[in-house]
Amino acid sequence: MTLIVSDLCVDHGAIRAINRVSFRVEQGQLAAVIGANGAGKTTLLRSLSGLGHAASGHATWHDHNLLHAKPEKLVRYGVSHVCEGKSVIPELTVEENLNLGALWRKDAKEAKATRENILETFPRLGERLSQLADTLSGGERQMLAIGRALMSKPQLLLLDEPSLGLAPLVIAQIFQNIRELTDEMGLTVVLVEQNAMSALEIADIGIVLNLGRVAATNSAQQLIADPQVRAAYLGY
Amino acid sequence: MFQLLNTILIGITSGAIYSLMAIALVLVWRSTRVVNFAQAGQALLSTYIGFEVIQRFDSYWIALIVAIVAGAAVGALIDVLFMRFLFSRNTQGPIAGVAPIIATLGLLGLIRGGIGIFLGNTEASIRPPVSNVGFTISGHTLAFSPLKFLIVGAVIFLMLALSLIFQRTNIGLALRASAYAPEIARLAGVRVDGIRTLGWALAGAAGAAAGMLQTPNGDGGLSPDSLDFSLLLVFGFIAAVIGGLESLIGAVVGGLLLGLVLAFVLTYVSGSLVFIIAFMVLILVLLLRPSGLIGAKRGRRA
Repeated sequence: MTLIVSDLCVDHGAIRAINRVSFRVEQGQLAAVIGANGAGKTTLLRSLSGLGHAASGHATWHDHNLLHAKPEKLVRYGVSHVCEGKSVIPELTVEENLNLGALWRKDAKEAKATRENILETFPRLGERLSQLADTLSGGERQMLAIGRALMSKPQLLLLDEPSLGLAPLVIAQIFQNIRELTDEMGLTVVLVEQNAMSALEIADIGIVLNLGRVAATNSAQQLIADPQVRAAYLGY
Repeated sequence: MFQLLNTILIGITSGAIYSLMAIALVLVWRSTRVVNFAQAGQALLSTYIGFEVIQRFDSYWIALIVAIVAGAAVGALIDVLFMRFLFSRNTQGPIAGVAPIIATLGLLGLIRGGIGIFLGNTEASIRPPVSNVGFTISGHTLAFSPLKFLIVGAVIFLMLALSLIFQRTNIGLALRASAYAPEIARLAGVRVDGIRTLGWALAGAAGAAAGMLQTPNGDGGLSPDSLDFSLLLVFGFIAAVIGGLESLIGAVVGGLLLGLVLAFVLTYVSGSLVFIIAFMVLILVLLLRPSGLIGAKRGRRA
């Protein structure tokens, strides 16, 4: 199973936000998509999960066409998307937020096992199951958002800026969790990040977006070593 | 003494019916963020269907069930035929929030007009299924009859059943998630369109029950421009807002409070003040507790 994006174009009003973007992510790989604000990272991710509409191009996961499909359908094909900004529902409890991700699943027993696994990875959530998600800290909310996505038994996980607004220590923790989950569950992950260095450190491959185009794509290590990328995106 | 007791009993019964209408409004609001003014028209239409069934089968109980099912179907149809279309055309900006609400006002007119054209000449009335003669205690007649007992019981039952569905079932979780955050719900795999239709159907059923219970409690008469159904909408709406618009229990509390206040005004002050007092209660509650009696205590974040 491979994520293949080719010649993808997405418009944002009159602006071409994503312009002929192509890349591949092999199964089990963690791909970091980095780039400045406005580079089109979020737009790219939204078009892959069914939230956004592509103007042209192709994007396939396994045998499934990701473009022009509804998100609720893509979830059933194993595509889970965590939106920017801790996408949890504050009016629901932690437990309800988690269960939400598994509502469509018919395998109640397996879903329960999935939940146990998630609570092992994020024990803080287990202590707060009956609390409203509104009462969680920023880091806990991000854990819950990822946990909710995992409840849908994804194979392809799309993460939009999980580090947004979090303290450095919490970011390190969450990024470590993401890497471990990728390996343990055999996930394929597309991680969109402004925090380029942290993302590349845990990633297998990196895709650098600039003004809607792919500026560079390479293994994460080589990108970290690339003087141009370092100067432009890593800040040294 | 008996006058006081009777006033309270009248207040509870009429409050129970307002509650049912408030529940219908809250259901649509909770699942779609639309204030559904067409609810009065839907209730009227369902009650007319109930009336037709009574003509054919001479059974109020069959009619009640048919009317509730028909109410659900009408609600679902309105969502599928009108609301879905409106929502898909307007997704952003201030119009997107207001257009569906204005559209429900139009629908209200449409339904009433339609009933007027097709059934306007029919002399329609629904007789009480059980006695509406008050119980007597030591020679005094109470303003509480088997019919009123039925009404209050039905409202309590529906409130409990709907609360259970919302709080304890997967469907309820999907309903709440779709209302609060449709995008997240869709990403989690909830078929939000279908869930919204279900919200409309449940509301239509509750409105139909309100219409079928209210009509025999009054003079039994039914007409396309029935004032009773207009009042039902206005008072149900006030009750829903008093209760915070979000909560089914709030809707019932709001309905009972409004029913009691209006009964006291009617008995001890003047019947002509009922409308003014109803809105004064609304303003007072909104001034003292802007989010309603049972509304969320915090503002929404994120």
